[in-house]
Amino acid sequence: MTAAGLIQALEDRFPQAVRAAHAYRGDATVIVSRESLLHFARTLKEDPAFQMNFLMDVTAVDFSSFGKKPSPAFFASSGVAVRPSPEIPDQEPWPGPPGPGRFAVVYHLFSLPLKHRLRVEVLVEEADAEVDSLTPLWASADWLEREVWDMFGIRFRGHPNLTRILMYEEFVGHPLRKDYAVNKRQPLIGPVN
Amino acid sequence: MNMTGEAGFVASRLEEAIGWARKYSIFQYPFVTACCGMEYMATACSHYDIDRFGAGLPRFSPRQADVLFVVGTISHKMLPVLKRIYDQMAEPKWVVSFGVCTCTGGFYDNYATVMGIDTLIPVDIYIPGCPPRPEYVLDGLLKLQAKIEAQHASGQRPAQERRPEFVP
Amino acid sequence: MAELETREMLLNVGPAHPAMHGIIRIVATLDGERITSAEVEIGYLHRGFEKMSETVDYNGVIPYTDRLNYVSPLINNMGYCMAVEKLLGISVPERCDYIRVIVSEISRITDHLTCVGASAMELGAFTVFLYMIKAREFLWELVEMVTGARLTVSYGRVGGVKGDLPEGFDEQCRKAIQETRKVLDESNTLLTRNRIFVDRMSGTGKISSDAAVSYGITGPFLRATGVAYDVRKDCPYSVYDRLQFDVPVGTRGDNFDRYLVRMEEMEQSMRIIEQALRDIPPGPIQANPETGRPIPAAEMVDQAKVGNIAAIIDRRAVTDPTLDGSAKPLHHQIAADEKRVFLPAKEDTYGNIEGLMHHFKLVMYGHGVRPPKGEVYFPVEGANGELGFYIVSDGANSPYRVRVRPPCFAIMSALPRLVIGDMMADLTPTFGSVNMIGGELDR
Repeated sequence: MTAAGLIQALEDRFPQAVRAAHAYRGDATVIVSRESLLHFARTLKEDPAFQMNFLMDVTAVDFSSFGKKPSPAFFASSGVAVRPSPEIPDQEPWPGPPGPGRFAVVYHLFSLPLKHRLRVEVLVEEADAEVDSLTPLWASADWLEREVWDMFGIRFRGHPNLTRILMYEEFVGHPLRKDYAVNKRQPLIGPVN
Repeated sequence: MNMTGEAGFVASRLEEAIGWARKYSIFQYPFVTACCGMEYMATACSHYDIDRFGAGLPRFSPRQADVLFVVGTISHKMLPVLKRIYDQMAEPKWVVSFGVCTCTGGFYDNYATVMGIDTLIPVDIYIPGCPPRPEYVLDGLLKLQAKIEAQHASGQRPAQERRPEFVP
Repeated sequence: MAELETREMLLNVGPAHPAMHGIIRIVATLDGERITSAEVEIGYLHRGFEKMSETVDYNGVIPYTDRLNYVSPLINNMGYCMAVEKLLGISVPERCDYIRVIVSEISRITDHLTCVGASAMELGAFTVFLYMIKAREFLWELVEMVTGARLTVSYGRVGGVKGDLPEGFDEQCRKAIQETRKVLDESNTLLTRNRIFVDRMSGTGKISSDAAVSYGITGPFLRATGVAYDVRKDCPYSVYDRLQFDVPVGTRGDNFDRYLVRMEEMEQSMRIIEQALRDIPPGPIQANPETGRPIPAAEMVDQAKVGNIAAIIDRRAVTDPTLDGSAKPLHHQIAADEKRVFLPAKEDTYGNIEGLMHHFKLVMYGHGVRPPKGEVYFPVEGANGELGFYIVSDGANSPYRVRVRPPCFAIMSALPRLVIGDMMADLTPTFGSVNMIGGELDR
């Protein structure tokens, strides 16, 4: 199915669950509510209209500093005004970040028989960062969700072994969050550079 | 020792012979982690052949090795392992820091990477490069051989180089 | 005789281990020689690729992508550049597409050579390793001719590539392919019907195609189980839809099938390169000098600074040899025609004020490539499977989020499944055929 056709079919099937949808640059994207995620994913996997047999990727985006990159202060002391180049204009602009909530957990799905791709986004608040785990459906969710927990601190309900995978257990904090400084080291042994 | 206080003729010739023998029989422990490992493989294979320098037999156990080639980025998760491997090697031992990630951390200045293994273990030869060409590696190896040869047979390292005082 | 009491033994194949593939920790529980359970611990080479790419601009991420799958760096470069180009909505000239395909396939061959060579060495076939590294050296010399570096090339740019193919590339490439074919023939004779190799590789590390799909495994690993999924065929990008090649598919899903699939894929990659060299749109290999005598660019700038325009008005700027391939007449072939994205030719930067302004707007701190706000996902066929880049942009000059979907992450998560039931010695060929590249697994 084409991206638009896929979005239409999903919106027809799940009118309450699908909060928003778009096909920016040809990538079908739907934003679903957290409660309906497991049922939604199960339908995507098993229904013959969708047949999403590959869970390609699970990741997250921290939208807390979206669009807030500080303007460069390089010339500020000299009084020269730095006006960065304007953005490259867009015919069909992106609708924007998925909505309220600091994190968005992003799933990329692919169907080998029908050759279509879908991106599913679920919004999560910082205070209540928990989503249902998709490990009952796809085995690839296991390690990918562990990585999201490690890097962002989002819990997955029902995951068999939610421990750190890329960092060591003694590490405190979640590195890919926007409030974690890039060179804040926590060495196990040796000096802090 | 004779009356002038120098070591005798036989003793100094013996030290030279031991130095010569040691430098041409390097059993390295290649602690390979990342991309530099590919250039290490290229140096060890037919085109650039590290075997003609006597360093062609890697020993995959630290107890049997004398040179620790640390090849590739060391992360904080890996550092305790590196320390343990270093401690398991018996004297005389030398450490070669292969690739700029082990020398100073490379361009990975972040929460996960150690900015240079010399923060933890003493390094004898630094081979910078990202990754260093095999010719640089062989150059570093020749410098290592010169250092090994100059080292006393007793295992005592040559005196530490005095760094010049930094005057801003 | 009294009943012998047996217990299971815990064996730690620790992070520092003799296999040449990278640092990983496998804690295996053994019952005699059989592995009853295995736990895999990764993350020993985590270098923070995703966090670092938020601190540099879009072209500055390219050196970090080189070091992801460091045996096939050009595929990573091209994948990232194509993802950003999808976000920008621009397309590159046709010659540039063909150049990208040629260098990606060369990279794929080097990856498979390293994988098969290293796993053969671990089984004792040291000669095959030396032969394959010899072939890899020929290919690396070829890559060095085009990009300037052997391994960490940083050849792609957002909107094109760094420079055109040099003179004599055609012939050198054909010679390298010929040498590689000879090496593959020799390795085939040595390994494919070798009793020891076949015994150790057949029947070990088996996985069914359903389990492989559930784990998200793609690439030669999946194709060896019987599922014919290749991103170049099923979701074609660049000029792959115009090139003819076959996708080898195995049947049993064990180590031997993976070895055969990789050997055949190398042959298919060479076929693609030959077709691309034949079909590539021609470009002037030797730039026609326009009227004007050459002058070094630095000298031209100095004369212009003191206002001595008369001395430089009819001269042509000659740039440093490291900029070979990106000279002005070749520029339209390697770069998308989009001023906001690609740097101008150096002759323009030094020669006229528009070029200088164009260069300034792309290079100065605070300016640079600024894609529109949005998110894209772009998959390419990496050597291990589907390598996808998910990029989120907030309109600033550095990416907001770059996520790389690593193909060997999925394969490694299935490693316990692959080794349980096999003997301890079967861990070596299985782990070798997984082709775990630490830079890609841990990023």
